[in-house]
Amino acid sequence: MTDTEVVVVGGGSTGCGVARDLAMRGVDVTLVERGKLTDGTTGRMHGLLHSGARYAVSDQSSARECIRENRVLREIAGHCVEETGGLFVKRPEDSEEYFRRKLAACRECSIPAEVRSGAEIRAEEPYLADDVEKAIAVPDGAVDPFRLCVANAVAAENHGARIETHAEVTDVLVEDGAVVGVEVRHASGSGPKVHGRAGETETIRADHVVNATGAWAGEVGAMAGVDVAVRPSKGVMTIMNVRQVDTVINRCRPKGDADIVVPHETTAILGTTDEEVDDPDDYPEERWEVDLVIDELAELVPELAAARTVRSFWGVRPLYEPPETATDDPTDITRDFFLLDHAERDDRPGLTTIVGGKFTTYRLMAERVTDRVCDLLGVDAACETAEVPLPGSENPAALDAQMERYGLRSPVARRSRQRLGSRADDVLDTDAPNPVVCECEAVTRAEVRDALSDAGTDLNAVRIRTRASMGNCQGAFCAHRLAAELHPDHDDATVRTALDDLYAERWKGERHALWGTQLSQGALRHFLHATTLNRDRDPVGVAGGGRADAASNAESDAGDDLDLDAFDHGPPDGELREGRAEVTDGDP
Amino acid sequence: MAIREDVLVVGGGLAGATAALAAAETGATVRLVSAAESTLRHASGVVDVLGYPPGRDPNRPVATPFESVADLPPTHPYSLVGADAIRDGLALFDRAVGDRYRGGHTDRNALVPTQTGTVKPTARYPTTVAPGLAGAGGDVLLVGFETLLDFDAPLAASHLDRVYDADVRGVTLQSPSAFDADADATRFARALDADEPLDGTPAREALAAAVDRHLDGADRVGLPAILGREDAPAVRATLQSRLGVDVFEVPGGPPSLLGLRLDDRLTEALDAAGVRITTGRRAVGHEAEEGRVTAALVDHAGSTVPYHAAEFVLATGGLVGGGVEADRDGVREPVFDCRVPHPDDRYDWFEDEPFGEHAFARFGVVPDRHLRPTEADGDPTYENLRAAGAVVGGADVAAEKSASGVSLATGAVAGRAAGTNATQGAN
Repeated sequence: MTDTEVVVVGGGSTGCGVARDLAMRGVDVTLVERGKLTDGTTGRMHGLLHSGARYAVSDQSSARECIRENRVLREIAGHCVEETGGLFVKRPEDSEEYFRRKLAACRECSIPAEVRSGAEIRAEEPYLADDVEKAIAVPDGAVDPFRLCVANAVAAENHGARIETHAEVTDVLVEDGAVVGVEVRHASGSGPKVHGRAGETETIRADHVVNATGAWAGEVGAMAGVDVAVRPSKGVMTIMNVRQVDTVINRCRPKGDADIVVPHETTAILGTTDEEVDDPDDYPEERWEVDLVIDELAELVPELAAARTVRSFWGVRPLYEPPETATDDPTDITRDFFLLDHAERDDRPGLTTIVGGKFTTYRLMAERVTDRVCDLLGVDAACETAEVPLPGSENPAALDAQMERYGLRSPVARRSRQRLGSRADDVLDTDAPNPVVCECEAVTRAEVRDALSDAGTDLNAVRIRTRASMGNCQGAFCAHRLAAELHPDHDDATVRTALDDLYAERWKGERHALWGTQLSQGALRHFLHATTLNRDRDPVGVAGGGRADAASNAESDAGDDLDLDAFDHGPPDGELREGRAEVTDGDP
Repeated sequence: MAIREDVLVVGGGLAGATAALAAAETGATVRLVSAAESTLRHASGVVDVLGYPPGRDPNRPVATPFESVADLPPTHPYSLVGADAIRDGLALFDRAVGDRYRGGHTDRNALVPTQTGTVKPTARYPTTVAPGLAGAGGDVLLVGFETLLDFDAPLAASHLDRVYDADVRGVTLQSPSAFDADADATRFARALDADEPLDGTPAREALAAAVDRHLDGADRVGLPAILGREDAPAVRATLQSRLGVDVFEVPGGPPSLLGLRLDDRLTEALDAAGVRITTGRRAVGHEAEEGRVTAALVDHAGSTVPYHAAEFVLATGGLVGGGVEADRDGVREPVFDCRVPHPDDRYDWFEDEPFGEHAFARFGVVPDRHLRPTEADGDPTYENLRAAGAVVGGADVAAEKSASGVSLATGAVAGRAAGTNATQGAN
């Protein structure tokens, strides 16, 4: 059993933001996450840094929060943000009256907004449809949710927090009507996940528990005996293999599916749909959703109709509304966030739930929760999370000169620097050769090894930190290279299980993109890993690809069952020994 | 430009080359047109025939592939052409590559190591691969290089150690300081071909000296496939002489020197057989009259040129090579518009398991016993069009480890029939 002041449940942007804020205020905090960081909704969004314009007409208080936090994140997390700008574009059939309302509402909310003509915007975004009439330019941006979330966790750790991933809450402890801690099950012992290492359970007692599990808040609430009626709503995002646009393109109409394209790193992400689901862990991922976002957004960017996508993924919005509201259509449910004080609401002290809200305002949500928890704990330190830069965004001015030193080709250097920010110096300063492991995303060995230092054997955790395996080839050419970096710190069986997990995760999204060039690419990947590398039918009895019983075989040498004598041992006559000084025995 | 041959082979991979050689052996004039560099250059360079017959234990390779051919489903390409056609294709291959390949002394599969440390069943393997076979005997030292990321020698060794009857060790060497951090296998090969001085020592000697320090009683030394493109036998002989042990290469993925060398050998064989080769030109359509193809339409910088012939062989590859294409609504064969059966819903083209029995792995044309692609009623699409290689559907050749064998068998049958018909006028 361990003790801490606050347990934060949930390793998404909100949970990590709360952990950082609490730790910076000197509170002893432990964060537990059932998977890797970002596994819930944070890692499954389109990467839009809202200007607030999207909500300016319908929800001005959210819009004002967005523009304020947008400015904060540009300052404290510059290495996670790309200042792309955004356009709300109007097609002929879209309402002129709404366009004017949007413009006025943006200005009311202090969101910088200017009207641009069709000719002006097509000069900057040549793939926009010819009949797009005009647009409102706003300061939308692109943000890497993985990098931002991990940076918050690192900041929390730097201030003494304990971050436990792959640690699932199995019970919330209630004594005398109050929440006093949680019981967690570690997938492989505390610390980073290591495949094959035995799990354990741990009881963590705390003065307060923060439920920051988003769409899963109802499940954690139920363990504490409180009712949190989250209304999870799924949405698809489809990733293109190139950036058709360099600006966030929104359709200027009141609401609707499939109305946004976000340029993100080397890709563009199309979104989305909005369908309420019963279970945030089990919902259908459907063909019509992929077709809808492509076909609808092709009205704005015609090129998209025949362009290549590399994968699609779904996320669930953690929508919440007070029980008495009972909105029918999930698109009408507020995007506002709610802080549920269970002492007040349910006579269940010791627990606070934060639910609803948006990624862009995660820091503000965290600040509100932390203010509340600090009140309860009698801590009076002020919030500094809006002013202090996140790890990687310190000293941005010092960055520019330093990359040449590492002998990286300039595109690789540029991408490394973008990802690592002010940490680039520490990470890339290595005496050993630093080859590129992932060609598509220009990720070097040094960056992979840096990520491995807190990812254990979870290669998907390496992926979200570095973008390795997230490009066109979807891991075809680098998945096994990434896995090999685990050796010799981890044994062969562990390495292969880790590889299988990454490979399966890449396949999960690529399945939704299997036509055209990506089907050809997928078939090439299949041939490389099955035909050339025989990972699907490896006769050696460890956790090779495709073996359902891999784990149980890890101890036995199934290879022993192979009758090597039945196979060809090579030509019979020693003819291969040309040049060899002396031919010894041992030839079959 | 008037182009007219007895036989036009469309596609320059293993199947196309085999078909062209088989057609040339009948005395026909043959032209081979290929769109781009052959996908052979990305292949591992070993020639699988059949390692895992469908319906058998998925992790237990068969040692005797020919014994399983009779049990294959009737739609399998091997069932269409028969076991003799496989032998015919292998014999043709053996003649084409000469002493650069081994395996022809037996009907049994060999187990070759791969760069990730698995073994796989195969029928023909480069001579430079032979001493690395699982059963070849002798303790193994695998040698990798820190910048060749596809081959982690200690990791591969720890896996192979479980199946080999011998001790398998691995070591990772520093790459030559003259190479940059992203030097790939072709850079190593170039240095060894030219015996380029590396830090003052000729490359072959430098490699031998670096390996020698780690030999420690090993009987055979495995390297990634880097031993030169032009001069691999001599490079290998030098290393064996210097080290006093067998030296072998471990096959892997692109860039694949073994695939490049095979491509080079086949090109030589095609030249020697008098086959005219046109590369860098993509066939984009065809012309037909009265149930016969009269020309393949080939793209020449935007305009199409008809390539006429009496007989045609379609060997454009599968989904990887571009011989089969798909959009969101369906799957097609783009040159002759042959029928490619496929589920209507693209979500039925794959399974959820990464190595599941994917429908896409079987996409291709449906040939009759003469390898003519057929319509839904079973009639040939064209009397004088035959298909060979990965464009032929009906088998999951990746799972079976049969892709090369299917290319050889169907290439031999299609090429020979095309050549015979063209020169004798029968069909």
